[in-house]
Amino acid sequence: MCIRCGAKREPIIQKNIEHLQIQRKGMVIDMHIIIVGCGNVGSTIVEKLSKEGHNITVIDTKSEAIKNITINYDVMGYVGNGAGYSIQKEAGIEEADLMIAVTDSDELNLLCCLIAKKAGGCHTIARVRNPVYSREISFIKEELGLSMVINPEDAAAMEIARILKFPSAIKIDTFAKGRVELVKYRIEEGSVLCDQALKNISSKLKCDVLVCTVERGEDVYIPDGNFILRAKDEISVVGTVKNGMLFFKKLGVPRARAKNAFIVGGGETAYYLAKQLISIGISVKIVEKDRVRCEELSELLPQATLIYGDGTDKDLLMEEGLPQAESFVALTNFDEENIMLSLYVKSISKAKLITKVHRISYDELIGGMELGSIIYPKYITAESIVKHVRALHNSIGSNIETLYRMNNDRVEALEFIVKEDSPVVGIPLLELNLKPNILICCINHKGNIITPGGQSKISVGDTVVIVTTTTGLHDIKDILKG
Amino acid sequence: MNYSVIRYILCRVLEFAALFMALPFIVGLIYRESSAFCFLYVIAGCLAVSLAGRRFKPKSNVFYAKEGFVTVSLSWIILSLIGALPFYLSGEFPTYTDALFETISGLTTTGATILTDVEGLSRCIQFWRCFTHWIGGMGVLVLILAVLPLSGSYNMHLMKAESPGPSVGKLVPKIKNTAMILYGIYLMITVVEIISLMFAGLNLYEASTLSFSTTGTGGFGLLNSSIGSYSTTVQTIFIIFMLLCGINFQIFYLLLIRKPREAFGSEELRYYLGIVFVAALLISINVRGFFEDGFQAFHHSLFQVVSVMTTTGFATLDYNVWPEFSRAIIFLLTLLGACAGSTGGGFKVSRLIVLLRSIKNEIFSVIHPRSIKKIHMDGRIVEDGVIKSIQVYTMIYVMILLGSFVLVSLNEFDFVTNITAVATTFNNVGPGFNMVGPAGNYSAFSGFSKLVLMFDMLAGRLELMPMLVLFSPRTWRR
Repeated sequence: MCIRCGAKREPIIQKNIEHLQIQRKGMVIDMHIIIVGCGNVGSTIVEKLSKEGHNITVIDTKSEAIKNITINYDVMGYVGNGAGYSIQKEAGIEEADLMIAVTDSDELNLLCCLIAKKAGGCHTIARVRNPVYSREISFIKEELGLSMVINPEDAAAMEIARILKFPSAIKIDTFAKGRVELVKYRIEEGSVLCDQALKNISSKLKCDVLVCTVERGEDVYIPDGNFILRAKDEISVVGTVKNGMLFFKKLGVPRARAKNAFIVGGGETAYYLAKQLISIGISVKIVEKDRVRCEELSELLPQATLIYGDGTDKDLLMEEGLPQAESFVALTNFDEENIMLSLYVKSISKAKLITKVHRISYDELIGGMELGSIIYPKYITAESIVKHVRALHNSIGSNIETLYRMNNDRVEALEFIVKEDSPVVGIPLLELNLKPNILICCINHKGNIITPGGQSKISVGDTVVIVTTTTGLHDIKDILKG
Repeated sequence: MNYSVIRYILCRVLEFAALFMALPFIVGLIYRESSAFCFLYVIAGCLAVSLAGRRFKPKSNVFYAKEGFVTVSLSWIILSLIGALPFYLSGEFPTYTDALFETISGLTTTGATILTDVEGLSRCIQFWRCFTHWIGGMGVLVLILAVLPLSGSYNMHLMKAESPGPSVGKLVPKIKNTAMILYGIYLMITVVEIISLMFAGLNLYEASTLSFSTTGTGGFGLLNSSIGSYSTTVQTIFIIFMLLCGINFQIFYLLLIRKPREAFGSEELRYYLGIVFVAALLISINVRGFFEDGFQAFHHSLFQVVSVMTTTGFATLDYNVWPEFSRAIIFLLTLLGACAGSTGGGFKVSRLIVLLRSIKNEIFSVIHPRSIKKIHMDGRIVEDGVIKSIQVYTMIYVMILLGSFVLVSLNEFDFVTNITAVATTFNNVGPGFNMVGPAGNYSAFSGFSKLVLMFDMLAGRLELMPMLVLFSPRTWRR
């Protein structure tokens, strides 16, 4: 027993044993989650987690915010300071499995988590954005016993960097610890894929990948072999990293990463992004209109080129060689400026565009402008917290290893672990009586990634990736009818 | 207005109606009564319509407060129309209007009857009469929320529109679990009452029907003399269970999760019990001369007080003949009603507490014009929005009461009959005074008056707003 946690250790272990016992009875338990702060990030998390059926309690100092959130979602709300012990107790901290603190204040978030940890012994997640703390984050995380610390700017930068590594994709998600990729890609006019039936594609291109969803206009399809692709369809392709690379190479799509990046706006996100890009050998140019900030950045990032000037000045951008840039990232603090800049760059060059947008509400409109990849920092923050919660939930409940929501939440891609004998094991997939709109995309059999055909079988110990429009699957056996 | 979701939920309501009617059908089979087959026809009809209606899935899940209110009031109206069919088909009720009045009176847990001879009914019809109380007590949509996986955020709008009380507090974060806990407590109380009544000498049929009437705080009995001919023990059991069902169910939940301090600290509970005992004491002093000893006087006073205050409407004797002072107190209790979040109807004790405190605040602010003072209840601040909505509620309450009174007066009955008939149906109590007293019934009223009273019962049960929203032209305008 360690001195810091003292007797608090015991209840945690007991709780886990209880969970295991319930799990054995074949039930899926929902977690009790307390969320402090319901701003943009908080409400996005509430939206996602309440859809997944967790018991959620929210705390905020503004009664108006609580009122809105309890009307729109099936959650319980308390008004008060989330760092208060009495209000945490009222919200049921003793029975809670997880505390998520996402208020505007770093210190408040850390205090919330600290108190929750001491009072309830639950898992804790805090949003900490101040770079002063960020640099020491591993120390804070360790000492305060936090399960996860999220920095929105850093998370956004990571996402941007990932896209820049593979500029043709709209979005990349990974399964099987990074060995399988789910790549979203828009078919261009005149591509080999245009007007092809899916069953002909793998023979034509001679590579082993699976198209698992097709988004055409408003509709999302889970296609079968006879589905015919058209230009401007957004397809999601599942396959191993190697096969994926081959697939895009045969399509004539450049998979090589951008060699340089042109960043407008030198905020925190730009700093984190530049740092990452420089470390993988991409040269970075940052345009920033505040002289002091420029000097600060040039101290922090000696390898980056810092340009002091207004990023919306057309002549300046031309002078700095914008047409030669392979990728362009708009990171100013104004959504309108970012969108304008990206539209302009689109008209003069073929650079990969990344646009940062804060307001989530108009994402459909912005998505229609073909601005390349749009980054919503708050959305990314919420998304990574939700991912962490799913992983946590998995460790105490269902057999889902990873879960991604795609195409406006209408499609789920899930990775299941087949832990024990279940009705799907050992039977050729062709003979399984599957629910409609379910596609088994790949099977990870002892490290071998198999793109399944009709004769493939699932065995115990495999992980299986499934794409479906049916929500609420908890176990691999849920894919069967009846 | 999203009609497809409303249609979908209404079809589900029909399925539940069919499910509920299976019980009286079984009772009818056991006693070999021909009326049982009326239920079978209605069940078949409900299932056919709901299967047809559910073929098409709702196009979108858009569901706001407006849809919530409309769905709730429509489902109560549909449930009433369906529930009246077996009564009418069995031929034991003279007209469909009468059958409908009886069903609405049952579902809204009023207990006002148009029958002159209750004992003449067949058993399955009697069972269905009492069972409607049980269904209406907690509300059918709450049951649907508890059982069916209605995904989406719209369930809160439904719960809000159906639950009695000024503000809906969830017990646990999820509506589904809250609804399950509420029905669990409800079912538990009912079962305990059935068992206690059987120990006191009643048979299973009597015990269960009367328990449905009590736990739903309804008031339909099996005998013309209501509860008068049962033994004192049985009457005492009724007192206890009526009193329990008039309490906010949240308090039972707090007791279940072992938080007795918060449960007993509830101000509404204290006021409720206080009012019951003070009223019983005053009446028993007032009617001392009618009984042999003090205990009898107190027992009967307590029974009538609890019965009226919880809006049940059972009676052990005809209190219509009591002195004016006692009648006045009983009339006031009729208007007041039980606790918020209970199965009882009426104005609700918690609203009274907030109103009294806002009056006190207003007087205080006249004396100290610059003072700022918030209203507290159970150690929490009552927000201005809640206070305002309670004040508006009170205005609407009085206006509907007076408006219906004027309409019912067309019957040319005496003043007391008219005003108490409206007050007692509007608050879901049942018996009033004079012609509609505990020994009387509503058969003499004209068809139009019955319609007005039916509206009052539904409006009272659903806490005014849903019915007003349904009949407001603005709701239906595009």
